[in-house]
Amino acid sequence: MSYGKPLPVVDPETRPFWEACREGRLMLQRCARCGHTRFPPTSFCPKCRSGEHEWVESRGRGRVFSWIVVRHPVPREVYAMEVPYVVALIELDEGVRMASNIVGIAPESVTAGMPVRVVFRRATPEITLPLFEPEPS
Amino acid sequence: MYALRDKYAIAGIGWTDYTKRSGRTVRSLASEACLAAIDDAGLKVSDIDGFVSFNFNDSVPAIAVATEIGVPAARYANDFLSGGNAANMIVLTAAAVIEAGLAETVLCYRAMNGRSGFRLGGGRELAAHGITQFTAPFGWITYPQAMAMWCRRHMIEYGTTAEQLGEIAVTFRANAVANPRAMQRDPITMDDYMASRMIVEPFRMLDICLETDGACAVLVTSTARARDLRRKPVLIAGGAYGGGPDQGEDLFDALRWPDHSHNYAKYIADDLWRSAGMGPADIDVAQIYDCFTYSILMQLEGLGFCREGEGGSFVQGGRIARDGELPLNTHGGLLSEGYIHGLNHVVEAVQQLRGEAGPRQVPGVETCLTTAGAMTCGSAMVLSN
Repeated sequence: MSYGKPLPVVDPETRPFWEACREGRLMLQRCARCGHTRFPPTSFCPKCRSGEHEWVESRGRGRVFSWIVVRHPVPREVYAMEVPYVVALIELDEGVRMASNIVGIAPESVTAGMPVRVVFRRATPEITLPLFEPEPS
Repeated sequence: MYALRDKYAIAGIGWTDYTKRSGRTVRSLASEACLAAIDDAGLKVSDIDGFVSFNFNDSVPAIAVATEIGVPAARYANDFLSGGNAANMIVLTAAAVIEAGLAETVLCYRAMNGRSGFRLGGGRELAAHGITQFTAPFGWITYPQAMAMWCRRHMIEYGTTAEQLGEIAVTFRANAVANPRAMQRDPITMDDYMASRMIVEPFRMLDICLETDGACAVLVTSTARARDLRRKPVLIAGGAYGGGPDQGEDLFDALRWPDHSHNYAKYIADDLWRSAGMGPADIDVAQIYDCFTYSILMQLEGLGFCREGEGGSFVQGGRIARDGELPLNTHGGLLSEGYIHGLNHVVEAVQQLRGEAGPRQVPGVETCLTTAGAMTCGSAMVLSN
């Protein structure tokens, strides 16, 4: 059965990110001039305007900055079997925020500041999504 | 900073019925609202020489309206690719356009089949391009889902409660009961609010605005000219547009926004109040952008009506009711009148300032704030009579 949920359309700026996810690594851009770490990927550093950057591996650990619990599926035909699910903004230890799902925990148990770590879920042969699960205590 | 204090005015307003299924083209809705605004001002179609609109999700280009209603020579037409953030900015732009000599009489309109046509809340395509590739694949797709994330952050930071959001929904509905234009005119109680279906926590159904087929329009010209027209002019005292750093790559994206418990309002407050020569204490009535109940709180705080984090307690106890200290959204807002993307707030402000709001009229209104936008960028105006 084909994957029916939204999929990233990989572009020249984001290809290294998604290729790394496929290999089970979470990568962030770091400015080659000033060292500022940024996400999502862009061509220019917003701090020093340098167009040079390198990709560095994130520890894949962070905390829940905010979260929602989706109860009403939109579009219905895509998410009817998925609800309820949690979408969170995760503040990574490297200082950037990322949106993702929190898995491996009941939606009502998610709390602010909860420590989480990345876990990779294959969606298609090309795309693997970085999700997050509670850090084992 | 907007430097045209009181020099330009709103001389006419118009609107269509607000419905769930218009059965009409968007162009026809836009034209009806524009013709009504021209007539309200006591002008002729041939007096119109400029248009400004905004067209995120659904609209028609200004030249289509100019063509349908037979404007002989439009000298200015601007279709902003923007959403609710633009609803006041287009009016300020109309004033700037006239000041620059590019036109003399400018129609600002918003038109859409927002329920029967393209539904903004209805999700996006499965191919997640651009910045959307970092949101949609996780099922983070709709605007209620976007704004719920902000609301949760306010709850984390300040302990804001469902009851405080409910107070907004219940108050605006009570206003809509007295508004013949409003789509939702059955009163609701706090119990109704608490019992309404959870859509995306922390938002219930009654936290989320309506979807509307309809259009409205406001006609801008110089105050000097407006004084000779049919209606009492409503003066544009001041205004501002903007937001903070990291406004994102589209209207949904706020991944880099510094603090989701505050929105654009705090960044435009100084410009807004300085341009008008007024402050929050000078405002009699406010029509604040309410795509969701929660967006009211960030704007009250950001514009200085209360301190940061105190929006929730500010709206309690009847303060924002029609007979309260600061009546808000006297038409019922996007939550209960209809979703004409914030331009309907300007129409209501004009009616309040003219004293023609009938059973929902607030006595003695001399100043009215209007705002537009909820997240990283937005606009606001101070109107007076």
